[in-house]
Amino acid sequence: MHHYTIAELMKSLRNKEFSSVELTQHYLERIKQLDSQFNSYITVSSEQALLSAQQADQALAKGNASDLCGIPIAHKDLFCTQGTLTSCGSKMLSNFVPPYNATIVENLANAGAVSLGKTNMDEFAMGSSNESSFYGASKNPWNIDCVPGGSSGGSAAAVAAQLAVATTGSDTGGSIRQPASFCGLTGLKPTYGRVSRWGMVAYASSLDQAGPIARTAEDAAIMLNAMASFDDKDSTSVDIEKSDYKASLNDSIKGLRIGVPEEYFQDGLDNDVATLVNAALAEYEKMGATLHPISLPHTHLAIPAYYVIAPAEASANLSRFDGVRYGHRCDDPKDLMDLYKRSREEGFGDEVKRRILVGAYALSAGYYDAYYRKAQQVRRLIKQDFVDAFTQVDVIAGPVVPNPAFGIGEKSTNPVSMYLEDIYTLPTNLAGLCGISLPCGLSSDNKPVGLQLTGNYFAEAKLLNVAHQFQQHTDHHKKTAPISNASNKLNSNQ
Amino acid sequence: MAFAQNQFNLVENPVKHDDINALAHLARININDDLLDNVTDNINSILSLVDQLQQASTDDVEPMYHPLDATQQLRADEVTETDNRQALQANAPATEAGLFLVPQVIE
Repeated sequence: MHHYTIAELMKSLRNKEFSSVELTQHYLERIKQLDSQFNSYITVSSEQALLSAQQADQALAKGNASDLCGIPIAHKDLFCTQGTLTSCGSKMLSNFVPPYNATIVENLANAGAVSLGKTNMDEFAMGSSNESSFYGASKNPWNIDCVPGGSSGGSAAAVAAQLAVATTGSDTGGSIRQPASFCGLTGLKPTYGRVSRWGMVAYASSLDQAGPIARTAEDAAIMLNAMASFDDKDSTSVDIEKSDYKASLNDSIKGLRIGVPEEYFQDGLDNDVATLVNAALAEYEKMGATLHPISLPHTHLAIPAYYVIAPAEASANLSRFDGVRYGHRCDDPKDLMDLYKRSREEGFGDEVKRRILVGAYALSAGYYDAYYRKAQQVRRLIKQDFVDAFTQVDVIAGPVVPNPAFGIGEKSTNPVSMYLEDIYTLPTNLAGLCGISLPCGLSSDNKPVGLQLTGNYFAEAKLLNVAHQFQQHTDHHKKTAPISNASNKLNSNQ
Repeated sequence: MAFAQNQFNLVENPVKHDDINALAHLARININDDLLDNVTDNINSILSLVDQLQQASTDDVEPMYHPLDATQQLRADEVTETDNRQALQANAPATEAGLFLVPQVIE
């Protein structure tokens, strides 16, 4: 049953082929047997999951259960979960048990989803490989010598290894789309403000957005239906009506205008990625869409702008971790300053410290205009590129990442080489637009490659429709990671 | 805050150990002396990367602080939750009588 999508599980649960308790037990057993290979979970909440599954079965028996009722999912470990460790992949929060739920956790629980636990991630969502986690790197189920991507690496690895049918993630500069691409999954970063950030540990508040990682666009639509809401607890939440993201999945895409930015197909793009993305575009043409060359001329400035804005916001957001109210505290502080400095020295990892220092630099007196203000001006130029493009096209298509998944350890010693991974995903966050990554084939060495679609503000339904139509005509999303050592019992119990 | 250099040309004037120590103090993070070379190198390589911003022509461009140029959402100032101190303080490293304990700050 772990091969099923959410849409398939919904039918099976209603046809009483199995109960949510049986399904949940099956997933918990798989996690127990297989996750030592992938390290995709930080916390597994067996008891709570089974309790939720029992309640879901009761709701299902009554016959009016919502779509996600009884469906086993998992949350990235930066969403606060009442009574369950929320570590953010950091030593700093390795003892933090929130007294409340994040809004999206609450939304998904209200929809009846069963949370299996919390997934691994780069520390404080800072990274593109999951290697900066205090709990160790998560591994890519397609190739365990490779990273699953980041920062939502555990969320992607868990779905790819079929240890959850879908997961939540967060995307500040590509952290849903890049791991989805590396793991052969469909990952959606909604428009800024579409999904509440309340209870999501903040990294860069003007860029952070939560979204789903799933096997198909249809599953992502079902997840987003539950996740999206206006929330007056999040002052940046946008009060506009949400669509039924499932309702338009089957709309025709005949005549759809797809913009293809020349800047996304230049030097540095891996040959296999270019070939597969171009093949996907050709497939769209066969389906009746038209391709239009466009230019996003400020693309090259996205990385420098992001690596000022995100660290600046991070340095402010992470100042709350001071060893006083929660989180790690050093032993025997000699005074308050010593308490702050050593608690933060011990509690944060290298990448987090780097970004805090860069942020402190960019915000300090005499440098603010040259860095932070300048970056925010460039941000508007990047946004304007998209605004101009969307007067001519309906969606924009290109690669998600310049290359398929890289090896564990390959980029971790050089922060700048890691940052360059994000070239095609950062502009979406800087502009606040929505974007989706969907599988478009395997590289010559059998690693998944993703196609990225970027949509206009609040055009999630359109993106999901365009992605779903592709998945109706192709089977890239049906390919699954070759999991070894699965026990016969698990293999036969499908 | 005074840094060793006052130009923005960071490629030629990288930050030095003293700058890193000053930043680390601002950010309230202790950095061990034996890590200082490595941290300084990494911060310089990041600053060289972001220094590409200076090439951009941004005259008359309004800074964009919010992706939707939206103003902050406001809500009525109403009490929605009752006292939750005990639950909130359960995560604190040290408390006493409902207060957070820290090393003595007032002589």
